Amino acid sequence: MESAVENSSQNTVGFPFSDDAKMSIRQCDVFYGDKQAIFDVNLDIGNNEVLAMIGPSGCGKSTFLRCLNRMNDTIDICRVEGSLKLEDTDIYSPDLDVVPLRARVGMVFQKPNPFPKSIYDNVAYGPRIHGLVSRRAELDEVVESSLQKAGLWNEVKDRLDESGTGLSGGQQQRLCIARTIAVNPEVILMDEPCSALDPIATAKIEELITNLSENYTIAIVTHSMQQAARVSNRTAYFHMGKLIEVNDTEKVFTNPTHDLTEAYITGRFG
Amino acid sequence: MTRPDTQSEQMQENTEVPSEKRRLVDDIRFQKRLEKRYRAEKRFRLYGLLSIGFGLLCLVLLFTDIIGKGHSAFLQTEVALDIHFDADYLQIDDINDSQQLNRANFDGLIKRSWRANFPEVKSRSDKRLLYKISSNGSGFQIKDLLIAHPEWLGTTQTLWLIADDDVDVYYKAKNKGISYQGVLSDKSLNWLNALVEENRIELSFNSTFFSAGDSREPEQAGIKGAMVGSLFTLLVTLALSFPIGVAAAIYLEEYAPNNRWTDLIEVNINNLAAVPSIIFGLLGLAIFINFFELPRSIPLVGGLVLTLMTLPTIIISSRAAIKAVPPSIREAALGIGASKMQVILHHVLPLAMPGMLTGTIIGMAQALGETAPLLMIGMVAFIVDIPGGATDPSTVLPVQIFLWADSPERAFVERTSAAIMVLLAFLIVMNTLAVLLRKRLERRW
Repeated sequence: MESAVENSSQNTVGFPFSDDAKMSIRQCDVFYGDKQAIFDVNLDIGNNEVLAMIGPSGCGKSTFLRCLNRMNDTIDICRVEGSLKLEDTDIYSPDLDVVPLRARVGMVFQKPNPFPKSIYDNVAYGPRIHGLVSRRAELDEVVESSLQKAGLWNEVKDRLDESGTGLSGGQQQRLCIARTIAVNPEVILMDEPCSALDPIATAKIEELITNLSENYTIAIVTHSMQQAARVSNRTAYFHMGKLIEVNDTEKVFTNPTHDLTEAYITGRFG
Repeated sequence: MTRPDTQSEQMQENTEVPSEKRRLVDDIRFQKRLEKRYRAEKRFRLYGLLSIGFGLLCLVLLFTDIIGKGHSAFLQTEVALDIHFDADYLQIDDINDSQQLNRANFDGLIKRSWRANFPEVKSRSDKRLLYKISSNGSGFQIKDLLIAHPEWLGTTQTLWLIADDDVDVYYKAKNKGISYQGVLSDKSLNWLNALVEENRIELSFNSTFFSAGDSREPEQAGIKGAMVGSLFTLLVTLALSFPIGVAAAIYLEEYAPNNRWTDLIEVNINNLAAVPSIIFGLLGLAIFINFFELPRSIPLVGGLVLTLMTLPTIIISSRAAIKAVPPSIREAALGIGASKMQVILHHVLPLAMPGMLTGTIIGMAQALGETAPLLMIGMVAFIVDIPGGATDPSTVLPVQIFLWADSPERAFVERTSAAIMVLLAFLIVMNTLAVLLRKRLERRW
């Protein structure tokens, strides 16, 4: 932890660095045109940990998350500076191919967005385009295990040919998670995955996140502090594009170091 | 069901609460305003209904007029004539010798038969009138009949010949019971009445109309040349404009950077959609015919010109269809590591296809009905032969309608309407195909 303290930027309190980092971000600035959205973020995401990112609306947590698998490339005016690494790979290196990067860093979105195809094809799409399987039987296996890991197999095993869009909202979101883990990523990014779901579906997804954290590194953006408290090991608090505090989740919610964090979790703004 | 209760409750409340706390619904002004709002709503709906009614009325008027005028063009007057296939007169000794058949004077044979049927006609001018009862193409008709029935040589046969267009007009007017105002003289009418009494004149299905190309003689004119010409022109247009339009739309929507050039291109495409079509005709004339020296009057050039004309429509509607694909689908595919091309081919195109097809079919329907640009590239020429390919001179349906509508012969009036009916049928078939295709491709999400 010594080195961590040395590296620490002046505006982040707590322990943003990890000894066993899966992804490490240094001096990350993000601009939309002339407007700066993220200011000098330094953060490690540890192996097999669940990192929750919280903060008021518009604080840049989603923007930051989308930098981690270069989803911001689709926005023309968006510019990312600094060093973002997945293990030893520089994510923003000019000669990096985003296709394998996104296969390694999967993403689950705010609104469930299954393809208008069958449930089977939804899950099989990733393995197919990456050529991960050569035989139909293998593909069947991948689909089954992915759906099982996403806790959806028992509900859909008899209707794999039906459209994925015909499922309920919570099922759709689990289908999207199954689709993401079908390509066996190392990191899963989740952008408010439960914001469009009811409490029961939310509980299922949260349980799923806990199970998935055994095998995957997960970074989750959430608006619900209870959710962050329930599922995550570490919590990062963003405010106005700055990373204010990173600490163990328990510490953040019981004894936050920074005044802004305390103000946010006690509900004085947000 | 609970309404009376609530109302009575309100009344009770009214008596209890002070007047400034009265409920809004009890205010008489509010009630009046509400009634006014309902009336306005009703009127608003009525305007829409009226517009639809007006549209339907116009459609019905159009169809009754066209079908009323045009349906008789599908029938053709024929006149029966006893013809003696005199081998000596025709100078045919071997029926299989095509040279002899080509040399033989079949027109003369028909004239001889007319003279034999009306021996009382003596003067030259009267005879000429008499010959005009049958079409001047009848010579070819009986030649074909003789080739089909070689055993007729040397025998006398009663044959139904296609009547001249003036006879056709007279007989159809007589059948309908309307007074005849035409060019036929009283003498001709007397002969015709005599023929009618002998049951030597009748109406039969006008197969010529569907099997022949254009002709100066209405009774020999057909729509097939224009139909085939339209088909080739549209095939060329579709084969070029759909792939080019879709490719351009994909590039502009998915790849083009947001800069001045893109804006300029976009503005130009939108403007091109509103350019009068005759300008495209001039452009085609200058580029394809004068510069590239392609022949005039061919469906290939017609298709190229119409491609220029329909491209903006297809590009605009395809872009709208691509834009309408929810971004969440793109993100989902990108998020699992699909490349841009895979996102477009696997997700965007299938979802945008129905919209693209709609735009394409609108463009094609426009192209099918387009006349002006084709006039400029010479497709207005008088072409008798049925085109065998996209490089044969031909005309198209709307130009054929234009040509016939311009012709002085009365018999062309009904043929014009009939050609419009064929054009409409063409259009309906195309639209039905498009709707079926769209239904098949449509997916909900």
